[in-house]
Amino acid sequence: MHTVNRRFILGRLLQVVPTMTVILLISFLLIHLAPGDAVFTVAGEHGDAAYYAFMRHRFGLDQPLPRQFLTYLGRVVNGDLGFSYVYGRGTLGVILERVPATLLLTGTALAIAVVVAIPLGAVAAARPHGAQDVGISAFALALYSTPAFWVGQLAIIGLSLRLGLFPVQGMTSAGSGAAGWPHAWDVARHLALPAMVLAAQEVAVLVRIMRSAMLDELPRDHVRTARAKGFSAMQALVRHALPRALLPIVTIIGARVGHLIAGAAVVEIIFGWPGMGRLLIASLQSRDAPILLGLFLVVSLTVVLANLLSDLVYAAIDPRIRVR
Amino acid sequence: MPPSTRASAFAELAPFIEVPSPARWRRLLRRDVLRRLSGRAGLTCAAVVCAVALFGPLLAPHDPFAITGGSLGPPSAGHPMGTDALGRDVFSAVLYGARTSLLVATGVSVIALACGTTVGMLAGYYGGWIDNALMRATELFQVIPRFFLAIIAIALFGPGLDRMVLTLGLTSWPVLARLVRGEVIAVRDLDFVRAAEAMGLPGSLIVRRHLLPHVMPSIVVALGLLYGQVLLLEATLGFLGLGDPGTISWGMMAAQAQGFLRVAWWLALFPGLAITLTVLGVNLLADAFSSARAVQ
Repeated sequence: MHTVNRRFILGRLLQVVPTMTVILLISFLLIHLAPGDAVFTVAGEHGDAAYYAFMRHRFGLDQPLPRQFLTYLGRVVNGDLGFSYVYGRGTLGVILERVPATLLLTGTALAIAVVVAIPLGAVAAARPHGAQDVGISAFALALYSTPAFWVGQLAIIGLSLRLGLFPVQGMTSAGSGAAGWPHAWDVARHLALPAMVLAAQEVAVLVRIMRSAMLDELPRDHVRTARAKGFSAMQALVRHALPRALLPIVTIIGARVGHLIAGAAVVEIIFGWPGMGRLLIASLQSRDAPILLGLFLVVSLTVVLANLLSDLVYAAIDPRIRVR
Repeated sequence: MPPSTRASAFAELAPFIEVPSPARWRRLLRRDVLRRLSGRAGLTCAAVVCAVALFGPLLAPHDPFAITGGSLGPPSAGHPMGTDALGRDVFSAVLYGARTSLLVATGVSVIALACGTTVGMLAGYYGGWIDNALMRATELFQVIPRFFLAIIAIALFGPGLDRMVLTLGLTSWPVLARLVRGEVIAVRDLDFVRAAEAMGLPGSLIVRRHLLPHVMPSIVVALGLLYGQVLLLEATLGFLGLGDPGTISWGMMAAQAQGFLRVAWWLALFPGLAITLTVLGVNLLADAFSSARAVQ
């Protein structure tokens, strides 16, 4: 491990500011371009006149637009994403409450995907266009073409309803007051199927990246040298080609965080998993715009930070990366 | 940050696809793509879906909105894909749904193609501060979570296919722009471009006559993959109830199936199968195209 160029890190960190500003500008413009009074968008549709007057003043909606944008920026920077009338409290709090469940789901899915995809990709690359490669590649392409909600519905019909292998809905069994290990086991049982369904999409992508990264590495000098020194094909593959083939995986995982969260939203809705996706659909149904905008901002920030993190990790483990 | 090479331009969309070079790609399309099993399978799927989208209403045995059978009837001779809770024919609805999917995906692709090619060409050909500014803008757009942006736009402006196409189109072009830029930079300083410049041809002509043909094959592959992604996004948005409520879409049908998983598997199976086969067809075609090139 070497020291990463400080200018690279600093420059990359500074990129976050304009990016987030543009995202906030988009969300601000959406609020104001949407048909109807902007106050409904920031305060929900179920208030009374006095409440709207208060909110209009609080969000500076009586001021000129550029001024309003600055007010909006200031509010968001201070963690004020608006007020959900449906929940009767600040939007950020409502959203943050849902983060752990979504994080558990996405984290587990990502772990499953990495563990499954890396060996599959490596095996496929070991003998390109061999039977294993064709099978694995076709499998990955088929998974890549399948909507997450369909995999989820079929899994529920087949594995949960027909075979009874997994619970159908929720994060815990109804009425279970279990704590400690029994509780953890209960959650794990509920988590297994949604996590596998969500992992399927990532497996599809990671297998193919792993395969092509391995195919890039295998003909290189250091792998051939290892072979010439008497290492077996297997050893050369695992010890010399595989570590460097993992580099693109880091970038892809970072670049796909947005897809992962979007997939999680769908999976949560299908499996009744109480995370941000359930909040999303509930807010769509109750037309709770402050929550929807808050979700957009939280997801955007997550995506931006994930990209940043994967770039930094990449720079830390790949000595070839320097300031551009 | 990994430098904006051809490879990393594909990073988000499909880093595993090898980018074809322009050498005789028409012949390649006719012969080499069709010689592959994946190419033939992909083309067959795509052709069937296109035919269904065009002629679906003529082929459908029933009006998809009319009650023509019992509630939740399993697949039978009269209703090959069963009936839904209201007794409407699922097969007819699946046939009608193709049109919605292709309409949205085509609209998004056209917008993404126009924006992406323009931005990429300008950035790659002119370089300098134009390149810098355009690429910064591209990176900004690339991180916007388009799925959530589409949800917000539809939630605020009301459901409708036009806003779905517009939000997805305006957020889908960055991958294409980075790809085109990389390709243009790779050939910009080659002799044939230099010669055209020395002859005093205007920039617009050089771009159209000399650069575009070189970039086309890569665009075709990237656009194919993008098309597949957008089909999935459209289906997912429909599943969340964000499609046009008056138009049948496969995603909307899958959402209606969610309440009947225990009693009517056919409601979930067929719309999802239609989406998967369509997306698979497009992906197979893109795959065959790029690997046909790789072998050459």
